[in-house]
Amino acid sequence: MKHIAIGVLGAAAFGFAASAASAATLDDVKAKGFIQCGVSTGLAGFSAPDDKGEWQGIDADFCRAVAAAVFGDGTKVKFTPLSAKERFTALQSGEIDILSRNTTWTINRDTALGLNFVGTTYYDGQGFMINAKKLPGVNSALQLSGAAVCVQSGTTTELNLADYFKSNKMEYNPVVFEKLEEVNAAYDAGRCDVYTTDQSGLYGIRLTLGAPADHVVLPEIISKEPLGPAVRQGDDQWYHIVKWTYFALLDAEELGITKANVDEMKNSDSPEIKRVLGQEADTKIGTDLGVSNDWVVNIVKAVGNYGEMFERNVGSGSPLKIARGINALWTKGGLQYAPPIR
Amino acid sequence: MQEHDMSWVRTEMTLAQPAPSSERGLTAWIRKNLIATTGDAILTIVGIALVAMILPQIVNWAFINAQWIGPDRSVCATVAQGGIQPDGWTGACWAFVNAKFGQFMFGTYPVEERWRPIVVAILFVALLVPLLIPRVPRKGLNAILLFLALPVVAFVLLVGGMFGLPHVETSRWGGLLVTLSLSFVGIAVSLPIGIVLALGRRSNMPIVKLLCVIFIETVRGIPLITVLFFASVMLPLFLPAGVSFDKFLRALIGVSLFAAAYMAEVVRGGLQAIPKGQYEGADSLGLSYWQKMGLVVMPQALKLVIPGIVNTFIGMFKDTSLVIVISMFDLLGIVKQNFSDANWATPQTARSGLVFAAFIFWLFCFGMSRYSMYTERRLDTGHKR
Repeated sequence: MKHIAIGVLGAAAFGFAASAASAATLDDVKAKGFIQCGVSTGLAGFSAPDDKGEWQGIDADFCRAVAAAVFGDGTKVKFTPLSAKERFTALQSGEIDILSRNTTWTINRDTALGLNFVGTTYYDGQGFMINAKKLPGVNSALQLSGAAVCVQSGTTTELNLADYFKSNKMEYNPVVFEKLEEVNAAYDAGRCDVYTTDQSGLYGIRLTLGAPADHVVLPEIISKEPLGPAVRQGDDQWYHIVKWTYFALLDAEELGITKANVDEMKNSDSPEIKRVLGQEADTKIGTDLGVSNDWVVNIVKAVGNYGEMFERNVGSGSPLKIARGINALWTKGGLQYAPPIR
Repeated sequence: MQEHDMSWVRTEMTLAQPAPSSERGLTAWIRKNLIATTGDAILTIVGIALVAMILPQIVNWAFINAQWIGPDRSVCATVAQGGIQPDGWTGACWAFVNAKFGQFMFGTYPVEERWRPIVVAILFVALLVPLLIPRVPRKGLNAILLFLALPVVAFVLLVGGMFGLPHVETSRWGGLLVTLSLSFVGIAVSLPIGIVLALGRRSNMPIVKLLCVIFIETVRGIPLITVLFFASVMLPLFLPAGVSFDKFLRALIGVSLFAAAYMAEVVRGGLQAIPKGQYEGADSLGLSYWQKMGLVVMPQALKLVIPGIVNTFIGMFKDTSLVIVISMFDLLGIVKQNFSDANWATPQTARSGLVFAAFIFWLFCFGMSRYSMYTERRLDTGHKR
């Protein structure tokens, strides 16, 4: 009986998703004059309100970049904070146009949930933070055998942790809590030696500890959490605009186009830079996409290139001070790679 | 006849003497209240020791070491934590509350439009205070203005989109604005609906009675969080594309109906306490049903259940925090949301923010509680303890 009920609800959900998706999102967005962007209810560096209540972070800036591409104005975004449970419904029902909410890209979400992920704006994964005073000399997760590990219950984090220790034939004592605040407090009070959650989150948590310098984030990442924005299925044009906004951010960084020099770069001698910035004669790159030909200029003017966006929100320009690591460009040993704009 | 010497009998009254010194003044009070028995004395000493241990630290944390203004996390963090305070410092980070105060009050309501909620708040206080003070005349007009005119004015001002006021979506509302508007509407709607439901449940008309019983028992049987969640996650899937009804409105309806069901049972408790003779007396005077209820039964019943009614109000005021599950940010929600701002992430931020939220909630709940006690005393015409 329960299964039947779920089936009916599911059918309603997907029937609905299909009908909503048949509308052209770009036309809707242009008609209403702004992009409705689904963000988190607060995650440091990704989407969190600043003192004025404006949403800041990589996820929020990505929506501004899309708005800059569509309207030439990065401020034409309205943000909808969504809980983890609400996020997919909001996208399926058309309440939001983009879901940019530190959401992990998985096959289930691409297929069964009817979403299209456009790329990975942040390669995250589950990591470990240790109290270096209590565990001196530990510089790898493989040395953690026998440690007490703080973890939030009922999360994939807990399962990944069990798998990792089992596959490496190590013992550990889980110290499990229901709420994130409780895990933080227990770790700060020294009830466990190790804290595990997504690595980007560990840096935010470290800021709230009494003695942050004593705590070290270990290099190992034990799960793949590619975080990226998603759109509804069935609207290829909108999907391409969002996807190529992401690629444009990466290509701009690769070509050295920054918020500061984008206007000079328009007169660059490099044909590639001219092409990306829409300065070639008779270019149709932008209009073929459904936006203006200077769309990359608008994106970079609004939020900078990918590297600037990263450093400002989570990197050296922010209190989080997360290193680029695997989020560096492919030319610098990272995973961020974009197809050429031509 | 022998004259009796009566001089041993006093001929006038002695003047009233003050109570013996052991029975008055500070000493007596201490003896009576603090050290009457050995057990009391031990409890007193333990109590004083506890206060002496805790109070200085609280004062130290909340006032002496507290940081009141500052641009970012550095003022609330020690040097080791990347700030400017000496190592070992702990103090409240009121600078965080200060920097976010506008958000805590109004959410992300546009800054240049924040005069609108302020005007509504001033009107609300200006209409509510005279209504609460018994001496002030024209209660009827006052109530009409507060319960009928103010909601219209508040709606126009807060939502906008007419008379040249820019439209502000309810998704931008937050903080105390959401808490107060949800609870005011909840309180104003739930009491009349609750009274009607309570009367319906005691009615002799079977269908009316059945409907009221079904409503009350259904609503009381489901947690508020489930109703809010259902309205937010499931409802949009069933509505046609583009038709979305406002999240805030959904929360308002959910909270009001909820409180109404609880209120109905509180009022029914009062109705049951009224002796049958009162009903019969009213009937024998030839009063109609509504006259009987309005003039005889309800005034007595409601007076009896003031504590229960206020209890429901206070419970509802605090329950508004549950709207966080549908991503609406009441006072507590917006305080917690701001913990994620990396520019303010310090060990003191969460504590300070939560203490601030607790203080505001306490202010309102304590105010309601004191006013209800005052009303109880004023209306106490019998049934003395």
